[in-house]
Amino acid sequence: MSDVILTMKNINKQFPGVKALSDVDLEIRAGEVLALMGENGAGKSTLMKILTGIYKRDSGTIIYNGEEIEFSNPKAAQDAGIVIVHQELQMVNHLTVAQNIFVGREFKNGLMIDDQKMNEEAKKLFDLFEIEIDPKENMGNLTVGSQQLCEIAKAISFDAKIIVFDEPTAALTEHEIQHLFNIIRRLRDRGIGMVYISHRMDEIEQITDRVTVLRDGEYVGTIITEESTKDEIINMMVGRTIFEEPKQFSNVPADAETVLEVKNLNQGNRVKDVSFNLKKGEILGFSGLMGAGRTETARVIFGADKKDSGSIILNGKEVEIENPTDAVTLGIGYLSEDRKRFGLMLEKNLYENMSLASLDDFVSNSVINEKLERKIASEHVVSLNIRTPGVSQFVENLSGGNQQKVVVAKWLIANSDILIFDEPTRGIDVGAKQEIYELMNDLVNEGKSIIMISSELTEILRMSDRIVVMCEGRKTGELSIEEATQEKIMHLATKRD
Amino acid sequence: MKKTKNISQNTVVIGVIIALSVLFSIFSPSFRQYSTVVTLFSYMYYILLLAIGVTFPLITGGVDLSTGTGLVCFSIISSYMFNHAGLPLWVAIIAAPIMGIISGAFNGLMIAKYHVPPFIATLSMSMILRGLGSIIPGGLTGVWPSQGSDGDWIRSVLRYQTEDGLIIPIGVIWMIIIIGIMTFVLKHTKVGRYTIGIGSNRTALSLSGVNVLKYQVIVYAISGFFTGLAALAYGWTFTTITPGTGAGFELDAIGGAIIGGVSTTGGKGTIVGAAIGVILISLLKTGLPHVGLQANAQQIITGAILMLAVAVDMIREKNN
Repeated sequence: MSDVILTMKNINKQFPGVKALSDVDLEIRAGEVLALMGENGAGKSTLMKILTGIYKRDSGTIIYNGEEIEFSNPKAAQDAGIVIVHQELQMVNHLTVAQNIFVGREFKNGLMIDDQKMNEEAKKLFDLFEIEIDPKENMGNLTVGSQQLCEIAKAISFDAKIIVFDEPTAALTEHEIQHLFNIIRRLRDRGIGMVYISHRMDEIEQITDRVTVLRDGEYVGTIITEESTKDEIINMMVGRTIFEEPKQFSNVPADAETVLEVKNLNQGNRVKDVSFNLKKGEILGFSGLMGAGRTETARVIFGADKKDSGSIILNGKEVEIENPTDAVTLGIGYLSEDRKRFGLMLEKNLYENMSLASLDDFVSNSVINEKLERKIASEHVVSLNIRTPGVSQFVENLSGGNQQKVVVAKWLIANSDILIFDEPTRGIDVGAKQEIYELMNDLVNEGKSIIMISSELTEILRMSDRIVVMCEGRKTGELSIEEATQEKIMHLATKRD
Repeated sequence: MKKTKNISQNTVVIGVIIALSVLFSIFSPSFRQYSTVVTLFSYMYYILLLAIGVTFPLITGGVDLSTGTGLVCFSIISSYMFNHAGLPLWVAIIAAPIMGIISGAFNGLMIAKYHVPPFIATLSMSMILRGLGSIIPGGLTGVWPSQGSDGDWIRSVLRYQTEDGLIIPIGVIWMIIIIGIMTFVLKHTKVGRYTIGIGSNRTALSLSGVNVLKYQVIVYAISGFFTGLAALAYGWTFTTITPGTGAGFELDAIGGAIIGGVSTTGGKGTIVGAAIGVILISLLKTGLPHVGLQANAQQIITGAILMLAVAVDMIREKNN
């Protein structure tokens, strides 16, 4: 095998109240892709932040090219050839591609910035990996996928020896993912060591050579990807086996009442003439590619955006939903795909977040009854199995899965009967994913109805009772779970006019 | 975690206040007199009231720059109502906070509904109020009842004079009560919860069905209401008010609030902290002349402390 270029040994890191890492080992070899796996909160990000100089370790050694090292900041790590491609892109939209790539180390011609040279260098970099992007284009005009490629090009331009990819495919289309993998393979051929963080099993199988698994801040083990199965890896991660079986039959009785009917909904050119209905106790899956208009449809129903035309009928009665306040009053709850931006007050505690949509129920004589808030919150911590030291904990300190449960609790406390889950398990690890699924099933069994927007076909097929497929703002089809297959869905999802 | 942080920031500021008081007392015999304490409080009330009010917009991540000229405008118009428009004193007194609420609500509406940045909306309002304060009373100076004239009871609301001539700064008691009430409002009522919520994540609030527009209007109306109260405190302390003045008071109030730990990026801050910050600023204003440093030097020192306070806060934030 190839040479070891970096070894992390017995790394420890303590955060207030949490032991984030205890005695974790990691070995990166030249010309190899190492998958780093583990549930959220397992310590992957912390370990990578220590590697790239963002955090300081409490103890342990890092040996890089035979020398013990200690990076005090990301710049030092970068200079030594260790770079990270972050999950959230760090690009400046108003600058050009080339300006972004060389930001902070611009080529100069005397006092002037030499844009031409930067464009040429960027072009060379792109050519090397057959990336077709114009260096002179404004970053803001590129798709997320192309921006991602720029981010990678930037990482390479540091003469990187080690590149860390933190969930690089989260926002990419299948085509873009394959392009990314081609680039990763080229980097591997050039002897660069890579760490690849992802929750997607099929990607791990496709692109990585070895897998290192962490669990609860501890090192579980390292295995060779080729010689192991998906279940083995998941087993290492969660300590139990999970099967992702598609649902066979709809659980909704044929005579179930219709709770929500949407007719000819229009909004700009993002939602075009969308009609569908939702039955009581049903999970209605919304499938489609990015930009298909699913989130936009949900936002219009929820009153976050104004509709141009169309009607919404709730329990047999036509309703006007002007704003989210109306929707909440009518018993509709929306769980955004981006919890941190749209769903939670991160620097506030659990009970303040949970009571947010129904604060009036906790107010008597204009004073908030905090005792009641804590009590109700504690009940939901137990019933939803939220792992937290207490309800006064900041939501920021919880893992993605537990944060999602806090949002669910918010809507349950607000007595929502219709819940719109937008990408319910995005950024949530395998174990917690399972729990969210069980939670959704419990909710419909209790008589709630769910609209589930998801870009993961396995998730759609596993959870939905019925599937609506959208493409470019239109509904292109509807499938019962019995007839639905990945192929049929993909066919509808790409059915353009 | 956050709680201990606030306490320690307050403790540091209190420590500085005590240290400065001791220093001033050592170096200036004129400072260590009862009358200085009375003066200190008199100069503090209106800034403190402005600071309590502006803490609300600051916590939402906004700001209110219209409180300084607003104070002067409302104080002059109120006294005009009483002196020249033939209205009873009590009407004039109630008018001040009502005018504050109206101008504040207007600020809030422009900010929440038409998305005018708080800085611009309230800066514009500050100019408008400065002009109105001159035009409406026809350029007259505002005059509140002085000792011995009709309605001079207002003078003893903040400083009570006993029969043997001793002045008791009872305004302090009112301030403590107001601080108590507003702390309660911020911590335990819906308005307070949403004020902090807007600063923390207004999109999440809006998507949870909270009428953010309404609460933003309320937040700026609260700031306006306290501007009105400050207008009274100012008029009752200084008796005459010159039209066109007042610009800069708002900065003392905002500076005090920030020194006291109110975050400029929103989501964090306490009324007690803001009050402590104002005490420090007032102490500098009153104390520095006693040790021979005049207005310009005061400005430099106040500015430096403000910058230091924010820098320390930012460094801590980063280390967390």
